[in-house]
Amino acid sequence: MEGLVSLFVKAIFIENLALSFFLGMCTFLAVSKKIETALGLGISVTVVQAITVPANNLILTYLLNDGALAWAGLEGVDLRFLGLISYIGVIAAIVQILEMILDRFFPALYNALGIFLPLITVNCAILGGSLFMVERNYDFAESTVYGISSGIGWALAITCMAGVREKLKYSDVPGGLRGLGITFITAGLMAMGFMAFSGVKL
Amino acid sequence: MGLRSFFDKIEPNFLKGGKLEKYYALYEMVESFVYTQKTVTTVAPHARDYVDLKRVMSYVVLATVPCILMAFYNTGLQSNMALQGLGLSDKTDWVFFSSDWRLFLLTMLGIPLDSTNVLANMAHGMLYFLPIYAVTLIVGGTWEVIFAVVRGHEVNEGFLVTSMLYTLILPASSPLWQVALGISFGVVLGKEVFGGTGKNFLNPALVGRAFLYFAYPASMSGDTIWTPVDGFSGATALGITALDGHEALAAADITWMDAFIGTIQGSLGETSAIAAFIGGAFLIYTRIANWRLIVGCLIGMIGFSTLLNWIGSDTNPMFAMPWHWHLVLGGYAFGLVFMVTEPVSGAMTNTGRFYYGALIGFMVVMIRVVNPAFPEGMMLAILFGNIFAPLIDYFVVKANIKRRAARHV
Repeated sequence: MEGLVSLFVKAIFIENLALSFFLGMCTFLAVSKKIETALGLGISVTVVQAITVPANNLILTYLLNDGALAWAGLEGVDLRFLGLISYIGVIAAIVQILEMILDRFFPALYNALGIFLPLITVNCAILGGSLFMVERNYDFAESTVYGISSGIGWALAITCMAGVREKLKYSDVPGGLRGLGITFITAGLMAMGFMAFSGVKL
Repeated sequence: MGLRSFFDKIEPNFLKGGKLEKYYALYEMVESFVYTQKTVTTVAPHARDYVDLKRVMSYVVLATVPCILMAFYNTGLQSNMALQGLGLSDKTDWVFFSSDWRLFLLTMLGIPLDSTNVLANMAHGMLYFLPIYAVTLIVGGTWEVIFAVVRGHEVNEGFLVTSMLYTLILPASSPLWQVALGISFGVVLGKEVFGGTGKNFLNPALVGRAFLYFAYPASMSGDTIWTPVDGFSGATALGITALDGHEALAAADITWMDAFIGTIQGSLGETSAIAAFIGGAFLIYTRIANWRLIVGCLIGMIGFSTLLNWIGSDTNPMFAMPWHWHLVLGGYAFGLVFMVTEPVSGAMTNTGRFYYGALIGFMVVMIRVVNPAFPEGMMLAILFGNIFAPLIDYFVVKANIKRRAARHV
């Protein structure tokens, strides 16, 4: 239990997907102009992450791992080379379902997210979450916690970023840096603030 | 010819159409340094208040004076004590004195390296403080002027505050080229790329300091950097506590009073809690600093450290450190007074200010206690708070809108 709590804190703050691994940068930079949209996207990413990481964990344990197909009478079969394509498939399917749900129940958010919702499919933070799960040998409970908390961490980062960018609307950025340029600088400076957690051992 | 008529005579050159039009920012800087600004607001809103930006900034600089004096005294005191401890203070060897220009100068002026002599300490400390401050002013000021000239805005007094705070939070032994690099990073990337004073979202002095801390950890942290004497090693009080708990401070001859007055190891101006509090009282009295930020930050720090005292830990001695030690050690007092209260990078709503302060208070204890990588956490806690400040404001405003909407259905 204690291990799960520390994993939770670690995935949100210490190993923040956006600000310490710089994953999911395309959406992080592009959809962080308004806090509301960013919050919506953050929640969508958290939901997708919370479903895909444990789902991929089940697929890995019962279908792909070395000898995992023993229950079907196939001893010694190692399907791990199918890992990437399976994970992406699961992610794509779940994003499709999420898109339909948003379209039906939260049309405002659906319109605000626009193209970036289907793009969650190829968001590297999402695939990154699943690959970290594989690399670190998380079991099912751990991958559930990791999925939720890494999503929350990413959502926190993008919401903060949106807050800062809303404040920066009043700033007077030199012509050449306006738009993405200053956003990159902002992301770097924010990452420096998040360094406060680097080195915490849980 | 009076100074005023001199300014009047050269002014046309800098105005639109004049041949030195590009350098108007420079002219404006010198003129507004000497005389009150001529330009007045012509359209509403008119604030009937003498406290303009220039006054605010000069008050903050004024408030740092106790810290500057303590920086002089304590740096000299620590150096002289270290020299005495190494048995070098009464050495009259020519080679020894000419090895360091400060010692050379002090000897030439007949100032003893005596740690009991207050003036001698101050003179010695000043020789460490002034070069760092001069480099900060020259390099940072150059950036400031370049940006002002190229971008056509005015050189702002805000830089005086940034440069003073930046100098006060550096260790005395900082190499001058690193000082220059840090202030360049702080001024350019922390402030000027966003458009100058009032448009940044992080405290530029802290951005510069944090940049140095992560880029050159060897000369910005450790036990040998706080007192600029070769061969002397003295850990900061927080460094000692992180290893052996605050009880070990007594063994190192550091009482709470020492830490309160500031005769301990640490960066130039941050050691003395009392000097910071005098400046803080002045800032609150003149309403430059918002008391809500300070109260919030105190509540966060006291609350979380008391909680940790109560939880306790067998392996981590920092858990047992009571709040009154947190208050006086490291940069807490200095940061509380001068950095947390910075109006630009902090939260702007009154309710938000409490949350913002509390977040910093919580984070500083969190970093000090839980994070073994950094013994001190004030700098990073404030930067972290700066990042969250706009979000806090957003939610406070949202909550207010909701509350008022509910009232007038």
